[in-house]
Amino acid sequence: MAKSQHPTPMLDELEKGPWPSFISGFKRLRDEHPSENINKVANSLLGQLEHSYETRKGYWKGGTVSVFGYGGGIIPRFSEVGEAFPESKEFHTLRVQPTPGNYYTTDMLNQLADSWEKYGSGLITFHGQTGNIMFIGADTENTQHFFDEINDYGWDLGGAGPCVRTAMSCVGAARCEQSCANEHAIQRYLVNEFVDDVHRPALPYKFKFKISGCPNDCQNAIERSDFAVIGTWRDDMKIKQEEVKNYMNTKGRQYIMDNVVSRCPTSCMTLNDDDTLNVDNSNCVRCMHCINVMPKALSPGDDKGVTVLIGGKRTLKIGDLMGTVILPFKKLETEDDYEELVELAGDTIDFFAENALEHERTGEMIERIGLVNFLEGIGVDVDPNMVSTPRQCSYVRMDGWDEEAAAWFEKKAEQAAG
Amino acid sequence: MAMADMREPIESGCPDGFQYMHPAMRKNFGMWDYHEDPQPGVLKHVSKTGDVVYTVKAGTQRILDVFTIRKLTKIGDEFADGYIRFTIRSNIEYIVTDEAKVQPLIKALEDEGFVVGGTRNSVAMISHTQGWLHCDIPGTDASGVVKSMMDELIDEFKQWNMPNRVHITTSCCQINCGGQGDIAINIQHTKPPKISHDLVANVCERPTVVARCPVAAIRPAVVNGKPSLEVDEKKCICCGACFPPCPPMQINDPEHSKLAIWVGGNHSNARSKPSFQKLVAAGVPNNPPRWPEATGIVKRILKEYKAGAKDWERINDWIDRIGWPRFFEVTGLPFTKYHIDNWRGARNSLNASTHIRF
Repeated sequence: MAKSQHPTPMLDELEKGPWPSFISGFKRLRDEHPSENINKVANSLLGQLEHSYETRKGYWKGGTVSVFGYGGGIIPRFSEVGEAFPESKEFHTLRVQPTPGNYYTTDMLNQLADSWEKYGSGLITFHGQTGNIMFIGADTENTQHFFDEINDYGWDLGGAGPCVRTAMSCVGAARCEQSCANEHAIQRYLVNEFVDDVHRPALPYKFKFKISGCPNDCQNAIERSDFAVIGTWRDDMKIKQEEVKNYMNTKGRQYIMDNVVSRCPTSCMTLNDDDTLNVDNSNCVRCMHCINVMPKALSPGDDKGVTVLIGGKRTLKIGDLMGTVILPFKKLETEDDYEELVELAGDTIDFFAENALEHERTGEMIERIGLVNFLEGIGVDVDPNMVSTPRQCSYVRMDGWDEEAAAWFEKKAEQAAG
Repeated sequence: MAMADMREPIESGCPDGFQYMHPAMRKNFGMWDYHEDPQPGVLKHVSKTGDVVYTVKAGTQRILDVFTIRKLTKIGDEFADGYIRFTIRSNIEYIVTDEAKVQPLIKALEDEGFVVGGTRNSVAMISHTQGWLHCDIPGTDASGVVKSMMDELIDEFKQWNMPNRVHITTSCCQINCGGQGDIAINIQHTKPPKISHDLVANVCERPTVVARCPVAAIRPAVVNGKPSLEVDEKKCICCGACFPPCPPMQINDPEHSKLAIWVGGNHSNARSKPSFQKLVAAGVPNNPPRWPEATGIVKRILKEYKAGAKDWERINDWIDRIGWPRFFEVTGLPFTKYHIDNWRGARNSLNASTHIRF
């Protein structure tokens, strides 16, 4: 145990109340862990954090730390108040890529904890906002040792800095009836194609993949990733009329009218006189609401695939952006299908690497150069699904109209010919 | 260590999850038929093969010490065949195939202080960032804010009282790493950066910093005979974008870095298209260790949402129906000139119609 404990009157307040307390966890490491080093580091960390609470300021600075052979994957942290709190003055985080859907056996989790207490602080977050396991708190030397150990049993670093980042996906087909895709395969096909771009930051800025199995987008892909892959379907949704009646019997007709029929954003549902449900599938936008309300009665169709949206990001620098539809529908059944998806991602990253300004995200680049220039750059044809409405202002030069219109009809004819 | 002795990394990337997945999930992958919600914190999924799995979800402190990890794995060994997963919002989930194990599993989790809940129309675990614990640019803490709020919202996590699910997020700077939420509690700086001119030339790549400013308010200057940067304080929007590439441009201010509260961010495509959160309150004190003022406003918004929204309406759906004037009326929050957007695309947020509720 550390000789003298830093007093933590403010942090002690965070041990009160019914929600599990992270501060109590830090104190267990300080007081109960058999490693004297971990005791000291936890004490020092608590001291610095209390200092932050007192002064309302952070005291960590970045720097340059990585492991041999990589350029990223570590969040370096050096304390600005290391003299007062020396045992945690180097407190780097290792970002480690979890599996799609964040699965662990308890044995594996224990093994990771065993490795981490040999080299690190004993604190782990499952998971950070970018999707990584965050092993918080190792000094520079032990960063390498810890990585070497866990890398030997199957774990690799994620992205940090201007690079392809660790990807994330929802629980998906492993435990959700609404999944329209194999999120697991999509995530690994995509991110593992770009391991070099994950480990050696050389892009203008970060590039994130996120995958959701259905338009509920539990993974928050449209808002939080540069390249969002969302499961969907294009044939008719499935209706079990008997189950519709069961809902009606339990919940009442009014409930179905108020919560299913009238909530449809495109008014494509009607209730027949015999209490069966009718859906105008050609106007269904696959929003998922009715399926969420009646999961036993309604489900996605069989002709499943994905929609790809590009350019989502958070506030810095031009304000938050949602992703934009780039690929309205793509089947993902064969090896070739997956390879075409990976190719689209590769073309996007190449174009981004060549054309984005320093520290500009993909969505910001598209905002600056216009969607059409981006589409031409990656070789994707325009599609009316990419816009909410067509252009509203006449101030545009359109002397290429005839060629563009001819190209549209030619494409339509090709599609009709199959 | 000589370079020749260094170990080459194995670039294995994202690992295969099937090796760690509960056998019932492996077997029924892509074959699930429907789900039911037997009680808060518990999901029942039924497969087309006839198999049934129960999921028990629990909230934790997110930043886990190894003792807590071993508590969680011990529970997993005892009740859930040695398999677990984590959700996107850092809850832990145990999958069991035997219904008889559900209640003992819940009891074991609750006995150890974990909180079972967070499903369906509850207030989910607050997603959060690193804050003072580990970030290099934070204006506030994250884990502390979340702990304080979840202490107050715990009953809403454990029950199904809300019209629909509520996702709350926090962010410790205006980059907004916490993302979009039904309710977001984010740092909002109110004063321009304080520049340590003696340090700028040595620490900052000046053209990079100039380029980083969203409103072109930074320009190179010579101050006290040294190359530095100056900020046009009339133009400055106090966003803090210059601080990460140039730490001598300190944006965090113990007094003037406040919290702002935003509502209506919704990432789902259900009903309406995904939406961004909108400003509702600012000037909220950044007040450790328990941030009572921010929690008070969150609870006030939740109370009105619970009272006023219809079943299945998320916060954005509810406000779309009742209108913003009524939102400010029922919550008692002031509507100010700062609520009227002047950023790019702002005209789209103005009411160009006579659609007014009286």
